[in-house]
Amino acid sequence: MATLELTIEQDASALPARRGRRLGPLFWFAIGWMTLMFAVAIFADVLPLPSPTDMDMLERRAPFSMEHWLGTDGLGRDELARLIYGARISLVVGICAPVIGLSIGGALGMLAGYFRGRFESLVVGSMDVLLAFPPLILALAVTAFLGQSIFYLTCILGVLGVPAFMRVARASTLTLARREFVIAAQALGATHSRILLRELLPNVLLPLLAFFLLGVAVTIVVEGALSFLGLGVPPPISSWGSMIGEGRESLEVAPRLAFLPAIAMFLTVLSFNLVGDTLRALTDPRQGAL
Amino acid sequence: MTDTLLSVENVAVELPTPRGNLRAVDHVNLTVGAGRTLGVVGESGCGKTMLSRAILQLLPKKAKLSGRVMFDGLDLVQLSPEKLRKLRGRSLAVVFQDPMTSLNPVLTIGTQLIETLQEHLELDQAAATRRSVELLAAVGIPAPEQRLKQYPHQLSGGMRQRVAIAIALSCEPKLLIADEPTTALDVTIQAQILDLLAREQRRRHMAMILITHDLGVVAGRTDEVAVMYAGRVVERAPTPALFKKMRMPYTEALLAALPRIDAAPHTPLPAISGRPPDPTRPLKGCSFSPRCRYAVARCHSEKPDLAQAGTAEHQYACFHPIENHADASA
Repeated sequence: MATLELTIEQDASALPARRGRRLGPLFWFAIGWMTLMFAVAIFADVLPLPSPTDMDMLERRAPFSMEHWLGTDGLGRDELARLIYGARISLVVGICAPVIGLSIGGALGMLAGYFRGRFESLVVGSMDVLLAFPPLILALAVTAFLGQSIFYLTCILGVLGVPAFMRVARASTLTLARREFVIAAQALGATHSRILLRELLPNVLLPLLAFFLLGVAVTIVVEGALSFLGLGVPPPISSWGSMIGEGRESLEVAPRLAFLPAIAMFLTVLSFNLVGDTLRALTDPRQGAL
Repeated sequence: MTDTLLSVENVAVELPTPRGNLRAVDHVNLTVGAGRTLGVVGESGCGKTMLSRAILQLLPKKAKLSGRVMFDGLDLVQLSPEKLRKLRGRSLAVVFQDPMTSLNPVLTIGTQLIETLQEHLELDQAAATRRSVELLAAVGIPAPEQRLKQYPHQLSGGMRQRVAIAIALSCEPKLLIADEPTTALDVTIQAQILDLLAREQRRRHMAMILITHDLGVVAGRTDEVAVMYAGRVVERAPTPALFKKMRMPYTEALLAALPRIDAAPHTPLPAISGRPPDPTRPLKGCSFSPRCRYAVARCHSEKPDLAQAGTAEHQYACFHPIENHADASA
């Protein structure tokens, strides 16, 4: 017994070290880029930046300079400031919308997968209806009806994400609810809410969170597409998508105006995808458990 | 015999399947006295697990249950879900077959134990932690304080089953149902786990139902044995009486199928030929008759009841109990 115990303990202490080594430089680059984006987006107001909306008609499409690090756009606004304030919009929408999807979709999916029956058919059916609805038309209709605002944009993108999160949550709940530890919990007198929150949620949360990071990436792109089409944030405010849209007009003269926000978006989306994939691979307890 | 703690009265379980209703448990009667041990033996698919789920009222939603399950003066079948929930864990606990899946993979051992204790006994965090350490020590887990912080996949199979037993024992249940607790473990660990269960059962004066397919497991560790076949109890007797003089040919065949340690190497293992009957198509006669080497015409046409044998406690369902064959051949 004593020797057995010793070997197990050594294994346990060796685990975190092995994990640390497996993360490549790409992962740390992704984390670094994300941290940078979050930092500049959060501290945009206190950074020594020119205003992103002040126009300088004498300096339109100015090249890189000490005064304007990344030059100015077609209306003489500081490109770096617009990129950073744009990061704010892109990140806020990109994170809040999947949070809406995660909470509503996750809850519906778990309830459907656990209780089954008519409730499940209702949830799955309504999600199929939502999936069949063309998302762009929905976004158009809502913005036309309620007007353009960051809040409505976030809500639309959030609702559009619900079916995907619901499916992920329901699929994992379905397989987990049949596992013996759930029956064991019932046999120990656990209530439905306890089983859902304490037994199933920690298990379902891992795939959901990995999916959440991918959701953030997708939402940033979709927000960009909507803004590019002029359905996103209202004009004076910048978002990466709207900046690409505005840069399109001067593509021959100053291609950087479209490419700079595109590169920022590309790197951010790539970072979220990389981190999401790595975390999913790392936190999957089933590899170790079975 | 002490007071009856659990009595299963005429319990039948039917499961709807695409091929028709499957009768998993067919009018079973059993009693377990307080502090006594009942062994339920039978091959795979004979309804042992369904019987235990019926006692716990944890049958699949589609299953139809009839009969009564009286536990401590309460009919569990009629009990409201809320009262039943309070009873489970507190008075009725269960240890499952596979410790790989009966523990939650993403919660630490400590969380699972402590939360159960807090839920049922309303202990505070510190008291629950202290009690968890005691419980883990009681089930023979070395260095219990460190184990509390570990996840199930960091423990071996035997350790996990010990943890599952600790969780089941945590609220001092009156009845513990051990559903093939050692099937997923290797043989040396099996004996340890069974001895642990027997020791805790005696110490806590708890009744236990030990479900297994291995007659050898119940031999030294139970007060009474019920042999199940095709959803029915076919023989029931106090353990010593059963092993001294088994009546039902099925019990005899089960015992013969155990490997013997004193047998010569390469002795072929006598297996029970054929397969259990299709539970969706009930047989008219004795359900063991197609595989029974003593079967006569009456066995195929008429179902024997569970009848009293010579002693009042020894019951069997057979027209031609083994003793008679011996007489006939003598």
